[in-house]
Amino acid sequence: MENKPIVTCAGDQNLFTSIYPMLSQQLPKEPMEWRRSYGRAPKMIHLESNFVQFKEELLPKEGNKALLTFPFLHIYWTECCDTEVYKATVKDDITKWQNVLKVHSSVDWLIVVVESDAKKKNKTNILPRTSIVDKIRNDFCNKQSDRCVVLSDPLKDSSRSQESWNAFLTKLRTLLLMSFTKNLGKFEDDMRTLREKRTEPGWSFCEYFMVQEELAFVFEMLQQFEDALVQYDELDALFSQYVVNFGAGDGANWLTFFCQPVRSWNGLILRKPIDMEKRELIQNQEATLLDLRSYLFSRQCTLLIFLQRPWEVSQRALELLHNCVQELKLLEVSVPPGALDCWVFLSCLEVLQRIEGCCDRAQVDANVSHTVGLWSYATEKLKSLGYLCGLVSEKGPNSEDLNRTVDLLAGLGAERPETANTAQSPYKKLKEALSSVEAFEKHYLDLSHATIEMYTNIGRIRSAKLVGKDLAEFYMRKKGPQKAEVYLQGALKTYLAEGWALLITHTRKQLAECQKHLGQIENYLQTSSLLASDDHLTEDERQHFCQEILNFANQQTEGKGQKVILSMHSFAQLKTLHFDPPNAVIHVGGTLSIELTLLSQMPIPVEVDQIAINVHFSIEKNNYRKTAEWLTKHKTSNGIISFLNEVAGFPLSRNNLPALELYEMYERSPSDNSLNTTGIICKNVHMLLRRQESSSSLEMPSGVTLEDGAHTLKCSNFILEPGVNTITFRTQAKEPGTYTLRQLCTSVGKVHFVLPHFYPVVQYDVYSQEPQLKVEPLTDSLLAGIPQKVKFTVTTGHYTMKSGDTLQLSNADAMPFLYHPESKALIYSNTREKVSESSLLIQSSEKITSITLPVAPAYHVIEFDLEVIYLPSTPTTSVESENLVNKELHRKSKEKQKSDNCMATVDQKVTIDCPWSIYSTIIALTFSVPFNAKHSLLSAGKRKYVQVCVQNLSELCFQLSDNNLKNFGNCIDLQLVPLKPESQQHIYSKQSVFFVWELKWTKELPPSLQCQFSVSFCPDTSEEQSFSLKPYTYEFQVENYFTLYNVKAQIFPPLGVEYCKTGSLCSLEVSITRLSDLLDVDKDEALTESDGYCTTKLMYEVVDNSSNWAVCGKSSGVISMPVAAQATHKVHMEVMPLFAGYLPFPDVKLFKYLPHHSAHSMQLDADSWIENDNLSVDKNMDDQADNSSIKSRGSLHSAASGEHKGLPMPRLQSFSPGQVFNSSTSMQILVIPSKDDHVLEVNIT
Amino acid sequence: MAVCIAVIAKENYPLYIRSIPTENELKFHYTVHTSLDVVDEKISAMGKALVDQRELYLGLLYPTEDYKVYGYVTNSKVKFVMVVDSSNTALRDNEIRSVSAGNQNATCQISIFAPSTYS
Repeated sequence: MENKPIVTCAGDQNLFTSIYPMLSQQLPKEPMEWRRSYGRAPKMIHLESNFVQFKEELLPKEGNKALLTFPFLHIYWTECCDTEVYKATVKDDITKWQNVLKVHSSVDWLIVVVESDAKKKNKTNILPRTSIVDKIRNDFCNKQSDRCVVLSDPLKDSSRSQESWNAFLTKLRTLLLMSFTKNLGKFEDDMRTLREKRTEPGWSFCEYFMVQEELAFVFEMLQQFEDALVQYDELDALFSQYVVNFGAGDGANWLTFFCQPVRSWNGLILRKPIDMEKRELIQNQEATLLDLRSYLFSRQCTLLIFLQRPWEVSQRALELLHNCVQELKLLEVSVPPGALDCWVFLSCLEVLQRIEGCCDRAQVDANVSHTVGLWSYATEKLKSLGYLCGLVSEKGPNSEDLNRTVDLLAGLGAERPETANTAQSPYKKLKEALSSVEAFEKHYLDLSHATIEMYTNIGRIRSAKLVGKDLAEFYMRKKGPQKAEVYLQGALKTYLAEGWALLITHTRKQLAECQKHLGQIENYLQTSSLLASDDHLTEDERQHFCQEILNFANQQTEGKGQKVILSMHSFAQLKTLHFDPPNAVIHVGGTLSIELTLLSQMPIPVEVDQIAINVHFSIEKNNYRKTAEWLTKHKTSNGIISFLNEVAGFPLSRNNLPALELYEMYERSPSDNSLNTTGIICKNVHMLLRRQESSSSLEMPSGVTLEDGAHTLKCSNFILEPGVNTITFRTQAKEPGTYTLRQLCTSVGKVHFVLPHFYPVVQYDVYSQEPQLKVEPLTDSLLAGIPQKVKFTVTTGHYTMKSGDTLQLSNADAMPFLYHPESKALIYSNTREKVSESSLLIQSSEKITSITLPVAPAYHVIEFDLEVIYLPSTPTTSVESENLVNKELHRKSKEKQKSDNCMATVDQKVTIDCPWSIYSTIIALTFSVPFNAKHSLLSAGKRKYVQVCVQNLSELCFQLSDNNLKNFGNCIDLQLVPLKPESQQHIYSKQSVFFVWELKWTKELPPSLQCQFSVSFCPDTSEEQSFSLKPYTYEFQVENYFTLYNVKAQIFPPLGVEYCKTGSLCSLEVSITRLSDLLDVDKDEALTESDGYCTTKLMYEVVDNSSNWAVCGKSSGVISMPVAAQATHKVHMEVMPLFAGYLPFPDVKLFKYLPHHSAHSMQLDADSWIENDNLSVDKNMDDQADNSSIKSRGSLHSAASGEHKGLPMPRLQSFSPGQVFNSSTSMQILVIPSKDDHVLEVNIT
Repeated sequence: MAVCIAVIAKENYPLYIRSIPTENELKFHYTVHTSLDVVDEKISAMGKALVDQRELYLGLLYPTEDYKVYGYVTNSKVKFVMVVDSSNTALRDNEIRSVSAGNQNATCQISIFAPSTYS
């Protein structure tokens, strides 16, 4: 129906008819802004009008609220240009027209005067054209001159006529809008007033509905669909509010009318813009709630489709359907069973078809997410109708069902004419679906599959699975378990992946029934075991499923192959495993016990035939693992292995698959950088693939196979109680190797529950060990010369110690083993537990020490300590060899002492024959020499002393005794007199002891003396030693021990002064005295012999290292010394003390002065200069220069100075330490300060 | 008021789920689980905007004939799902919103004291 605002036309109808085509075409061309009241946003609006001839009947009577038929504007048309005519007829006509309008208080009018040139020409006596218009304005448009417009030459195509048209149209539009604003505003005010009266008793919703709908119609007429929709939404909300209030006890009278029982449920009709039939019902106040809702929604739907918002229709439809169901409940409207299902089903399909009718396929497919709810709702409703009407049972509907169906079909009524010709109309579908079991199945499956597909396509997997589960229930009802299984498994997988325990339990229960029907024994039993362990079920249910398993297990079957293997994780959980011995290492023949803690998940005690652990045996390559050493080192573990508590059915968060990480790859040619290859690489493919694997194996432990291994640990016939059970396995180790626990299999009748693998890996080791002997010192290191304990460890391994088994030690002379009768042997088991103790029998012969070992079983350890002593020398060894050893030792120790004070070491070996082997064992022990000795020669004039320093390098303290110094030469004349004849002395760790002997002789002795120092020692702490220890010896040589010269220095104060004074010169007198006659040692180049009168050249040097003295003049010189006893040479020089106090004398040094020999000088090399280190070249030069002064001081012997001149240089040679005795060594002289220059500074702070 | 309240982990397993008519517990579990479809849809539709706008309330997820399901998601993707009886028309959207926010606070407190339950 084409509604347009009505505009009436009065006056010259012919004129209007001629203009009408132009007018109706021009009017909507340009939009006009419509300013609205109540702050509503202005709108651009294209105006159209329905121009009708003016009749008085058209004007609304008082109280008539119809808006659609309301004339918004009245136009009077005239062409009059003749004053006479105007006065005669037109004026009257207009007056009449105006009067009619006034009666109806209509103020929206317009007078149009059409002028045409043609008419003007015809009438010559015309008044100026303005006069007619002016007259009309004057007569009618009192202060409203705009109510009269002129339209010039409307049918001509001139610019003037165009202009005139535009002005006219603008005026017309403005007036129309003014009229709309005014009249609609008034209407709305009235409507509001009416609405405010809604609490009054007589108020009727239906009446109000009609009023507001009138407004909606007008908006729709004006193409303002949004505003029209608002009117319906307001009505909708108002009605809903009333229903809610009714529910809250605040009932309105008019509402009770809507509470009449539902008798018709023919669904929404959306194919007509206005369902006049329903509208009439409302108008007549005969509509039911469903009628009202249906009509309201059909109008909303129409407007929404005009607004091109079809998806809002689907969304609102779902809300409406839910809402209606609720409202009927709330209003306690009586509804026959199934009636609402029918209504909803029909409505869903109607909405869907309506949407499909206004959209193309692609749009529909793209907006499945908006429509799928309706599909799902329709499916649900059809399902419940099917159940209600007995269409989902095996036998089909019974008579009661059929009656119900007939009633339901009756409520549908006849099909509406609009859909009668549509093949797939909702009405036809429902009727067909309810007509037979087969038709129902077809329709239901179609709908379900379509819904599942839609849900799956838009990613609503969970919803799809839920519909699938309904479908599975349907199939189960229809005895089609094989079809149901797929859906149940699919749903179960989803629930498992997300860990929804209750859903898992419920679905599993359904699946169990399905599997039972299908005869999938293994799957059924597996599911049953899962259910039996499921604490979301009641105790009875759990027991039922457990019993199912037990019943099957105990069935008597003829065939043997009826073994059913199930996964153990639902039946029982392995909690811990406890090894004894705890380190899970046993020797061949030993016993291992394994204690399993199994948590039975079954609700009742289960009689288990056998529980077996399948063990994999491998020969261990790593022999170390098999040794007792490994065994003792790995004692930390307590032997308990805990297994991860993997709860069946709760693999949490398995579905958070990592996002696909892709990146682009370009490979360019290295030569010209052109693109060779491109691709996409998935970075985390390992993650994605692994996850998939694990999730696919979630529920289906069908891959469990029973391993058949040669090694099995078994435990038979016991009852597995619900909860924690402890099962102990015992095994005796046979073959050495590693045994890995692979599978745990519990057998209950025909049913085997298998734990396919142990994780973490559980292993035990069986080892076989060779017997072994170890000898090691108890202390960090062994010291030579004293008895110390060493530990013998015999690991018996696979050898059993018999009585009479001995260790045969071939004696090394330097290293005897000492025997104590009280020494004991301890026997330990391999796990270091003490087993027994027995005394040790040791027999020693000259060559062999034989140790009788106690009797011990295999895989035990025998331990005992023996004392051993290393004697560096024996009385029988020759001096020569002894010397060699000692020297060697000495050298070694010296070498080491350079870096740190280390002891010299000696390795000693001993050969041991063991009873288990024909081969001898060689044991090496390292001994350290605790002492280090040094000697030095001391002189006092001609008397000589030897000092020996013994240093204790060890950590121990010793007692030294019987020190002795012997001379090996054949000098019977030589006497060695000890200065300290104490027999015993302590020497503490890291300290030294000195021994001094005076050498006394009468006859001349050889130039060198061979000496041997020896001292007995024993550890300070030890008690009385029964065993005689060897003394420590040290051998050395003394050479050049005769004193040749005595040097004496004297300092005298200046003459007449009692003391030396600082700053004043004193005289220093050095006298050098020869003590012996010519000796062998003097025979060198310095000796000049003439006429049996020998002289030798010496050089002296006065050095004051402490800078106490200033030597004035020459400090050194060369003298010629007669080689005769008591020959004396004196040298004088002047020295000046620099400080006051007791000052030590300056040192006087004496050297042999070897004159230059050409042959000798050639051999002179850098080394020799270094050797004569006390003289530098400079000093020599000094000597040359000072020769004259030496002479001048009256030296007895003048040097052949000329001889020394030139490059060839003389050499200096130092004397051996014993050859020069300085009698003034460490003498001091008192020097007093000079009075005048002594300042004592005292600072007090 | 709400007939069922569920707290659901980021990975979509239930952390906590309680319904008031306990005899129909299973049905609510199914309802809540299915509503996750819409939660996922809404979260992915929001995408990054979720983080920026901090609009955690997902609104009505899922109307059924008898119940309305509302959702709320935290920044850490823990979801709150609330099932309300459809007949309870007095309940308005912003009330649900504040209840959801209250739920989150309560759960935060619970998870501080018993973190193992919620981690």
